[in-house]
Amino acid sequence: MSLLCGNGVGVSLIEVKNLSVIYGSRIALSKVDLKIEPGEIVTVVGPNGSGKTSLLRAIIGATPLAAGVVKLKPDIKIGYVPQRLNFNSSLPMTVKGFMELAHNGGNKSTLMALEEVGVSSIMSQQMSQLSGGQFQRVLLARALINTPEILLLDEATQGLDQPGSAAFYRLVEDARQNTGCAVLMISHDLHVVMSASDRVICLNGHVCCAGTPEVVASAPEYKQLFGMETERTLALYQHRHDHDHDIKKSHADP
Amino acid sequence: MLDDFMIRAGLAGIGLAFAAGPLGCFVVWRRMAYFGETISHAAILGVALSLMLQVSIFAGALVVALLVAWTVNLLSERGYAIDTLLGVLAHSSLAVGLVVVSFLSGIRIDLMAYLFGDILAVSRLDLVIIWGGALLVLILVFWRWSPLLTVTLNEDFSYASGFNPKREKLLLTLLLGLIVAVAIKVVGVLLIVAMLIIPAAAARTLARTPETMAILAGIIGAASAVVGLRAAFVLDTPAGPSIVCIAAAFFLVLNIVGSFKSFQA
Repeated sequence: MSLLCGNGVGVSLIEVKNLSVIYGSRIALSKVDLKIEPGEIVTVVGPNGSGKTSLLRAIIGATPLAAGVVKLKPDIKIGYVPQRLNFNSSLPMTVKGFMELAHNGGNKSTLMALEEVGVSSIMSQQMSQLSGGQFQRVLLARALINTPEILLLDEATQGLDQPGSAAFYRLVEDARQNTGCAVLMISHDLHVVMSASDRVICLNGHVCCAGTPEVVASAPEYKQLFGMETERTLALYQHRHDHDHDIKKSHADP
Repeated sequence: MLDDFMIRAGLAGIGLAFAAGPLGCFVVWRRMAYFGETISHAAILGVALSLMLQVSIFAGALVVALLVAWTVNLLSERGYAIDTLLGVLAHSSLAVGLVVVSFLSGIRIDLMAYLFGDILAVSRLDLVIIWGGALLVLILVFWRWSPLLTVTLNEDFSYASGFNPKREKLLLTLLLGLIVAVAIKVVGVLLIVAMLIIPAAAARTLARTPETMAILAGIIGAASAVVGLRAAFVLDTPAGPSIVCIAAAFFLVLNIVGSFKSFQA
């Protein structure tokens, strides 16, 4: 009767069944099923307005469900990295203070979390004065400081340039290696998605196709949604590897 | 000591400032200034109703302020265009309040006392109400400090760490209602928001953490109350507006000093 104990994989961290989310008369998501197991990296891709953010917000309980269930592992620890934080400059807050708001384990754990993402030197800086890349790293450190079982990333590299977002995703990968946490992320960076994920879910109001990156990449539904975009991304990628980075730098240093 | 009306006025101003400082910081951080205006303008309707029904002004203002606060909070969650809605509520309740007052014959009512406060007429009972309300605001803000700050940063942070930001938002709104009711006697409905925003904005130039900003806002507000009262006494000017003028002067001076410092740096 060992079958009663489950399917052998253990308890899923997140189980979404038949989920629908409706805003007024607009159906954002319909009949979405999703399961996240411990330690896996799952990426959700999809065009604008395909319900990616709604899915994430439904999982954390920030948006009401029109139908279906979202089952979280009891007492699950979630590390959440939002798309963008409009940090109001009227709010004075140091990086240290920001970290301690999520976790009051003292200086040492704050320092360690910041070190993990390579920004321990900015601990006493004001949050409103960080660069885009530093800010996203601090957000990641904040999400990691409570040793979460799952990281939720909502287009966490928006506004970063290509090397910046590649470095960011390496940090996410490192975090998974070091802590064994699962990762559920929304991403626009298709080339990153394909290399770094265990599973990809292609969303367009409903789940178009899902599976390993190779399976999804060759699925006709995926090509239909992203065929054009993939080419454009590659074009942009090459364009951005101009050497204007160095030129800017020499301008900045008098 | 409390027999002297100036002492009572000073204590009333200090009590209000200590609570309005930290609460005002949240108003600044969350851009709730217009929200505060709406609640305070609605309070004049509460004043009118309590004059009509012959109940305590404080109680009437408190009930209406809390009701409006709660309503606006509810409507904002439903996704109404909040700016317009606040404008409609703020000015229509002010207008209705003024009309209701005009119907009250018999006693002639000095509306100025409610619009701009009457701090020199603060009684011992008023002092108890002001300090009681101020302490309640301070205790609740202190108790919910971290969750309130987290909601201010990002509501989804709150959801992800397992608590509902709606509760914190409701708390802030209700505290605004309470502080408005408490402040009517001190600075009046038209200048309450000034006591929330100006000390907080002045404190921003000096603070590096939210905690120091909240404490400094309380201190700057209290200093404004004391200096403003003294100025009103010497120059024979209206007390409430004088207090706000001093707070504005603090804001101006601190900002000028602050921008000089950042030039040097």
